[in-house]
Amino acid sequence: MKILVLISQVPDTTARIAFTNDNTSYDTSGVQFIVNPYDEWYALVRGLELKEANGGSVTTVTVGTADTEPTIRKALAIGADEAVRIDVAPVDALQVAEQIAAFATDKGYDLVLAGKETIDYNGSQVAGMVAELLDLPYVPLASKLDIAGATATVERDVAGGVEVLEVQLPLVVSASKGMAEQRIPNMRGIMAARTKPLNVVPAAEADHVAATARFELPPPKGTCKMIPAEDAGQLIELLHSEAKVI
Amino acid sequence: MSTIVFIDTRGKKIPKAATEAVTYAHQLSGGPVTAVTFGDATGLEALGAYGAGKVVVARGVNTVDGQQLTKLVVDVASDQDAKNVVCMHDATGRSVAPRVAARLKAGHVAGAIALPEGDLIKRNVFSGKARSWVKVSSPVRVISLMPNSIAPEQGERTATVEEYSGDLGEPRIALKEVRKAGEGIPLPEAEIVVSAGRGMKGPENWGPIEELARLLGAATACSRPVADMHWRPHHEHVGQTGIAIRPNCYIAIGISGAIQHLAGVNQSKVIAVINKDPEAPFFKAADYGIVGDAFEVLPKLIEAAKKLNAEH
Ligand SMILES: Cc1cc2nc3c(=O)[nH]c(=O)nc-3n(C[C@H](O)[C@H](O)[C@H](O)COP(=O)(O)OP(=O)(O)OC[C@H]3O[C@@H](n4cnc5c(N)ncnc54)[C@H](O)[C@@H]3O)c2cc1C
Ligand SMILES: Nc1ncnc2c1ncn2[C@@H]1O[C@H](COP(=O)(O)O)[C@@H](O)[C@H]1O
Repeated sequence: MKILVLISQVPDTTARIAFTNDNTSYDTSGVQFIVNPYDEWYALVRGLELKEANGGSVTTVTVGTADTEPTIRKALAIGADEAVRIDVAPVDALQVAEQIAAFATDKGYDLVLAGKETIDYNGSQVAGMVAELLDLPYVPLASKLDIAGATATVERDVAGGVEVLEVQLPLVVSASKGMAEQRIPNMRGIMAARTKPLNVVPAAEADHVAATARFELPPPKGTCKMIPAEDAGQLIELLHSEAKVI
Repeated sequence: MSTIVFIDTRGKKIPKAATEAVTYAHQLSGGPVTAVTFGDATGLEALGAYGAGKVVVARGVNTVDGQQLTKLVVDVASDQDAKNVVCMHDATGRSVAPRVAARLKAGHVAGAIALPEGDLIKRNVFSGKARSWVKVSSPVRVISLMPNSIAPEQGERTATVEEYSGDLGEPRIALKEVRKAGEGIPLPEAEIVVSAGRGMKGPENWGPIEELARLLGAATACSRPVADMHWRPHHEHVGQTGIAIRPNCYIAIGISGAIQHLAGVNQSKVIAVINKDPEAPFFKAADYGIVGDAFEVLPKLIEAAKKLNAEH
């Protein structure tokens, strides 16, 4: 089974959020970048488990400039066989999806796995766009993925329950929590990652249809009203009569 | 500017998020819009109240296949020469909106939280830790609306309902089964959420959390370590790597308020925090706080909730 995992790079989950150039760009100074947790913990690990069970290969693909390579090596250390970097800075979701689709078309991937969303941009867009461009079915927000022969069984949480879906491969799936458990790379994996192939491919033509014009931080929270523990019941009173939310 | 709005109305009644999406589309266009939906829901005329002039429905199509639904939306969009396509940012919307955008080579604003100001549309980024303004430069815009971002606005009119007559082809994704969640209120829809963390010490201590939730008509949630240790089911995990919620009221008990936890709950309207450590970071994000031992505070909250219910 040929598996492609879409790997993006995001600021560490504890990174300070600040903006420069008149609030038009994210201030990356001192920021540590990591593999997007949904891509790493869920999509990549489930891809590796499926490969271990069924044979085949796991390739990662990242749209990004050379500064994404340390993050890509992390994905290799966790166990991907090879990595591809499409050499262009990501600007909008459609552009990223067009790059990935141009690379993946005609390569015969049975399964394309992505994260549910990037934790910086929070778009939940790229995987669906890739599916459309490749004319493949797409299941977003999957919490479970099993494959028997050419049939995938996918579960996803929806309002009020869990949907169980059945689809024939090839297929695009975006992974949310539950699909796999985080794997910590060991020393052997980290050593092996150094010599695994990281192929850089030139960018294709792509559309630019959306751009972030500027950022803003949310207004600061007002002060927190403290209630003495002895009178804890007062909280319920206040939530009812003052905040009017219960 | 011609605007259409794609909504999922498969349930017994029209979901609130759908009425929000229609309201948004109506306010965006400044006139009646065309709503697009599918399945066998009755009473779709009522969408007129929120600003739909017409509802186009693909009857008998109870599909979960995003490709079929994309065809439906794209057909109606081209029929109406739509410049704006509004969707809900839910599971159905996420499987359709990006596809429609890719098909129409349209800029897609995912998770919009307000009407455009000029040509800029506001959305959350960095898991609610910041906002951004997006400018779309393509002729068609696809906008997916975050639930609870706009108050549904109800007028007097009713919509005309038309059946979609095109061919959506065969589904490639089959719905095998829907397993209903257990009792209680599903977390993503809850207006009130009672959430607890590692401060509760063990799964055997969740009785009072569940009782308080029941009394308040709230859903229960938890921090990540609590789900990872299997004290609570995974679907209760909120935060950066769990689910993001935006209830009216979030009550956090024995949760430290790590930045990854806050990322999933910081859009709540009112936050109340109970923690025995006055230095817990959660207090900085809270509207109400109690410094105290959960095991002593909870019985008092339960008693007060019972009293409140008896009075109202
Ligand atoms: C990449 C990444 C992603 C993450 N994603 C998430 C996520 O999505 N969601 C999430 O929740 N976490 C997430 N985390 C974990 C997060 O960093 C914290 O470790 C976690 O939220 C802590 O959970 P907690 O507050 O329940 O436990 P603790 O940090 O152990 O806090 C327990 C709190 O309870 C208080 N307490 C103890 N006893 C009592 C008592 N008797 N009465 C009252 N208070 C008491 C303590 O003072 C303390 O503040 C993530 C971490 C990483 C690195
Ligand atoms: N620049 C990128 N390179 C490769 N994959 C990406 C990139 N951006 C996003 N993705 C994938 O698409 C998913 C959804 O991203 P987004 O639509 O930005 O929320 C991510 O979890 C990744 O799996």
